[in-house]
Amino acid sequence: MSLIYEARWVLLEGALNTIIITLAASLLAGAMAFSAGLARLSSIAAVRCIALVYIEVFRGVALLVQLFWMFFVLPFFDIHLEPITTAILAIGLCNGAYGAEIVRSAISAVPRGQREAACALNYTRLQTLWRIVVPQAIPMMLPPFGNLMIELLKVTALVSLITVHDLSFQALTLQQTTMQTAAPFTAVLVGYFLIALVITGIFRLAERRAGVGLDRGGLR
Amino acid sequence: MSPIITLRDVRKTFGPLVVLDGLNMEVQRGEKVALIGPSGSGKSTVLRTIMTLETIDGGEIEIDGESLWHMKRGSRVVPANEAHLRRMRSKVGMVFQQFNLFPHWTVLKNVMNPVRTVLGLPEPEARARAEELIALVGLQDKVNQYPGRLSGGQQQRVAIARALAFRPKVMLFDEVTSALDPELVGEVLNVLRMLAHEHDLTMIMVTHQMGFAREISDRILFFEHGRIAEEGTPEKVFNCPTNDRTRAFLTAVRQA
Ligand SMILES: Nc1ncnc2c1ncn2[C@@H]1O[C@H](COP(=O)(O)OP(=O)(O)OP(=O)(O)O)[C@@H](O)[C@H]1O
Ligand SMILES: [Mg+2]
Repeated sequence: MSLIYEARWVLLEGALNTIIITLAASLLAGAMAFSAGLARLSSIAAVRCIALVYIEVFRGVALLVQLFWMFFVLPFFDIHLEPITTAILAIGLCNGAYGAEIVRSAISAVPRGQREAACALNYTRLQTLWRIVVPQAIPMMLPPFGNLMIELLKVTALVSLITVHDLSFQALTLQQTTMQTAAPFTAVLVGYFLIALVITGIFRLAERRAGVGLDRGGLR
Repeated sequence: MSPIITLRDVRKTFGPLVVLDGLNMEVQRGEKVALIGPSGSGKSTVLRTIMTLETIDGGEIEIDGESLWHMKRGSRVVPANEAHLRRMRSKVGMVFQQFNLFPHWTVLKNVMNPVRTVLGLPEPEARARAEELIALVGLQDKVNQYPGRLSGGQQQRVAIARALAFRPKVMLFDEVTSALDPELVGEVLNVLRMLAHEHDLTMIMVTHQMGFAREISDRILFFEHGRIAEEGTPEKVFNCPTNDRTRAFLTAVRQA
């Protein structure tokens, strides 16, 4: 235990980096998920196609390979990114591809009658999307988005392999410098769990607030 | 005066299925018309094409003397663009069998938000208009409820208020009582009865309530296979139908 106390700054730095990457990558993933998910439903074939390519590429390639590719191959094209930027980009883009399918399916799950009613009330397509469809789709997206964000938190452990000092990296370092295994790994185990708990709590709250009026079978 | 709605030789197909087969139909300003006929005869499709929820595959629809699906550009006639369609839609309101209220908004917002967004009415005016209509359909004590908490009949009355808030010239009603429990039908029919007294409002309703159709319509159109097989005043169509199919349909409905 005293080891954990002595190493607290190292561990906190790791936790901080893990949290920064999780938050920034989640924001990027959310933005990509919405853009690509909506683009998949566009009436313009080229837009649908671009979104599909993005989704399939980033879902189909192992995240570790994406990380390595951005970290080791991009410099050959004279693109040099900080390790942490690389981490945020790769994780954000990859999870955005998964999120896009969540957005697409939630949007398509809004009953067609809602769109027809909006059309009969003379809403434009954009007004229908943002005022009628998306507000009803969001409560459906929240539970899978919560899952996705916890998945995202966990895959951030991979960034230790491109030299980012995240929670896992710090644990490995401590193990090597102190020759102790149980303490550092138990500490990061608890660390990940606590962060995941906070994420779960935030999504629970959001679900409760977003579901007003749509309660239990309110979506016909 | 010209008819408010004219359908000329309208064709609508879904794949191999011909739903409207060269339909001709006119509705006069202020007229109350009931569409009756067997299931699948194309009654809903007529309303949906007028509301632009379905495109047509041939023929012409005119609303208020203007072509719905075409517009003039200079001296040429070209397919309607979205701006033209929106201008045309603003003359028509529609109420659906399944109500289609927006479940994420309260009753007040369901009626108020559309006119704010679409007509750009300022909040106080939109609210006043909404409250007046909600009171008209007898739901003043439900303004802050969400639709999920209302009975079917109450939801349908809100849906009617929501459409009326735009003050359309034409109202389309597609079997608005068919999804309701029997004891809730009356309250919705009462609202329609009240609207039927509005001299200027044109009403086109698809209904299976023959008694009601007879009571409030000026004219009955009997549909069969995407055409009007028989039409006339309620007295004529219900008392002495000339068409065998009409007679068979009415007998079947009366026995049900
Ligand atoms: N989107 C669609 N795709 C394929 N077929 C359709 C579609 N909409 C309607 N139809 C078909 O067109 C025909 C006419 O449908 P419509 O809804 O106009 O009938 P209706 O007279 O309103 O019948 P009901 O009394 O059952 O409501 C039906 O056979 C129906 O199955
Ligand atoms: Mg129908």
